[in-house]
Amino acid sequence: MTTLRQTLAWTASAFLLAASISGAAAQQSVLRIGLAEDPDVLDPTRARTYVGRIVFASICDKLFDIDDKLAIVPQLALSHETSSDGKTVTIKLRPGVKFHDGEAMDAEAVKFSLERHMTMQGSFRRPELSAVDKVEVVDPLTVRLLLKQPFSPLLAQLTDRAGMMVSPKAARELGERFGSAPVCAGPYRFVERVQQDRIVVERFADYWNKDQVTIGRIEYRPITDATVRLANLRSGQLDLIERALATDIPQIRANAQLRMAAGVDLGYQGVTLNIAKSDAGKQGFGRDPRIIQAFSLAIDRQALNQVVFNGSAMPGNQWVNPENPYFQTRFPVPQRDVAKARQLMQAAGVRGQLSIDFMVPNNPEVRQVAEVLQAMTAEAGFDLKIRVTEFATSLQEAEQGRYQAYMLNWSGRTDPDGNVFSFHACNQPQNYGGYCNPAADALLNEARTKTDPAERKAIYEKLTELLLSEGGIVYLYHRPVVIVHSARLEGFRAFPDGLVRVIGLKFRGN
Amino acid sequence: MFTLITKRLIQLIPTIFFVSVLIFLLQQLLPGDPALVMAGEEKDPEVIEQIRKRYRLDQPLPIQYLAWVGGVFRGDLGESMRLSEPVATLVAQKLPVTVQLAVMAMIFTLGIGIPAGIISAVKKDTAWDYVVNVVALWGISTPNFWLGIMLIFLFSVQLGWLPASGYVSPFEDFRASMAATIMPAFVLGNSFAGVIMRHTRAAMLQVMESDYVRTARAKGLDERTVILKHGLRNALTPVITLGALEFGTLLSGAVLTEQIFSIPGFGKLIVDAVFNRDYAVVQGVVLVTATTYIVLNLLADIGYILANPRLRT
Repeated sequence: MTTLRQTLAWTASAFLLAASISGAAAQQSVLRIGLAEDPDVLDPTRARTYVGRIVFASICDKLFDIDDKLAIVPQLALSHETSSDGKTVTIKLRPGVKFHDGEAMDAEAVKFSLERHMTMQGSFRRPELSAVDKVEVVDPLTVRLLLKQPFSPLLAQLTDRAGMMVSPKAARELGERFGSAPVCAGPYRFVERVQQDRIVVERFADYWNKDQVTIGRIEYRPITDATVRLANLRSGQLDLIERALATDIPQIRANAQLRMAAGVDLGYQGVTLNIAKSDAGKQGFGRDPRIIQAFSLAIDRQALNQVVFNGSAMPGNQWVNPENPYFQTRFPVPQRDVAKARQLMQAAGVRGQLSIDFMVPNNPEVRQVAEVLQAMTAEAGFDLKIRVTEFATSLQEAEQGRYQAYMLNWSGRTDPDGNVFSFHACNQPQNYGGYCNPAADALLNEARTKTDPAERKAIYEKLTELLLSEGGIVYLYHRPVVIVHSARLEGFRAFPDGLVRVIGLKFRGN
Repeated sequence: MFTLITKRLIQLIPTIFFVSVLIFLLQQLLPGDPALVMAGEEKDPEVIEQIRKRYRLDQPLPIQYLAWVGGVFRGDLGESMRLSEPVATLVAQKLPVTVQLAVMAMIFTLGIGIPAGIISAVKKDTAWDYVVNVVALWGISTPNFWLGIMLIFLFSVQLGWLPASGYVSPFEDFRASMAATIMPAFVLGNSFAGVIMRHTRAAMLQVMESDYVRTARAKGLDERTVILKHGLRNALTPVITLGALEFGTLLSGAVLTEQIFSIPGFGKLIVDAVFNRDYAVVQGVVLVTATTYIVLNLLADIGYILANPRLRT
């Protein structure tokens, strides 16, 4: 009995001890951000995850950035000029910028960083900068990029990791281990990382825009479970969380201690259709483009949004969302029309229900969407056989054409080219459906050569018409990006890419 | 006895070899191409080729295995494809975290399970017995993720007593470390406490009906001495064996709990590694866990031999 009593006494005192600690939790000078995943390597050249970009936003400034309207604005650059033939881009750099190790961020450093992105073994930036032939130093504050051919998405590439500049000295010293202690020119410098626990950065005293940086330290904490992430925010253990669940929005709105910024992501959720990747594709959607049109018409995108996302997503039918400047208003999100869908199926020669092997990654939200699609399209003559597949496996299955329809999400890029080229141009790495049409290729390539947005939009209009009638992706919706923060945190602004920019953030009263 | 221990140690070598082959081969059965997963969204074919080459994914399995085992002998468990960090560093970072969690969970397991088992056995067929049984069954059958989230809502969100998740090393800040690990340790320990309670109860019931306990009572010893000194000591042997095995399970089985409470231990590491097909990490972590498990078993065997002279021959 004594043992039991002692055990209970110990347990109670441990809880009380823990309780006494909690009071000291809130530190006003430290911003604690809850991430949905643990980022991969923190080297801009070799990084590949979305969540990693959130951390880079505080440590690595880029040549250019986007503003809240998706317009490209200078960051480490001051200005740029593209030659009339579109093959030379001259970039003026901001003077007096330093890397975290005190080295100068000048034209030599820019040349080094871009060449590192273009040539380093295992670089994921190589395809993003494939149009660049050579980087020349004009003077200490001017670089010139010589392109193989005109490439209008280039500046947009430089608003992301390809535009992040690294200290040449640190990169040479650390080599492949650069990601373990990245040295860039952002507002915060890297302090430490404990894998899967925290990434700590602190204010960089010599930052070029230091007046806008008031918070001394930032801790990024990966917490994969969205419910637990929100619980941490509510209990004051975190100050900001990214990717809160759409289903938690009413609860967040009702809490006076929380503030929410909900936007729509740059990417899309769509159903990739196997058209010509394998025989399975040729027997399904590849038989006749009218089957693809019927599939799209059978879907009630508004109802899907209400059922799965409480109306917080944005229904869509193109590779950019309806708020994007490149959205083609001539092709609005279609209303459901089952009768027309049935007619199209009959015209395509489909008798009875068309059985489709529908591969769906194992994610509760996506699974729910798939089930709604299954019910909706059944009325138009589709029999979707849902095959829930773990993500890594599904990628391989898609690569080998072992599917007929595949629920696939794309996180999105600033430039519309990043959302469409690799998915629809012939033999591109992400063209899982095997779609290939020289007319589409010509339009895709032509759009890359035009720098005038109006001209590009006109080309994309023709492309939209073509892809909506025969392309390998049926676009469904654009996901909500929900960022929630404590009411004590002020100055937060939502950006279309969903990343957390730390410039201008401060705690109330500081 | 020395010969016996040496024999057991020699037996370890083929066991660990077999385990290493098994880990390596089972992993290859996983569908999904690691290079494709690692290549990120862009999937540049040249980068995919570079990844294959760098991590020897383009070579035959026996060569991949020999390269890995060769590295293990030199203390090199390989490099994480996802994080570009040596696996040995990751293991060294995570092992102390998981061990701390397992030790604390074990304190809860034994602290709840053994006393509850004794009460249940001594008060057999009374209200005490039924209550303890119900509580034990609740512990076994409550899913860790549910209990974890409920505790977070109670102690972190509502009462604000404990941090909702995260980890602090005890060497950095002991109090904060206890505060961060007490909930996950309880959740983890609670699920095993029921098992320990049921075994303690069964063993105690058997022992309490034996002749020597009757003799002890006949000698006029007070009930407390009979239960704790004569009953419990003898009943504990199988319970301790079970405890040692459960400890091994705790080292590798804290996956869900670590996910819920964001404890950066083995569980989280291995889940991320499996989903990203980060072969070297999965192999390294499983090998370390399996070896620890085997060593724990060996220690339990040696403990048995020390405790029970009949086994020494």
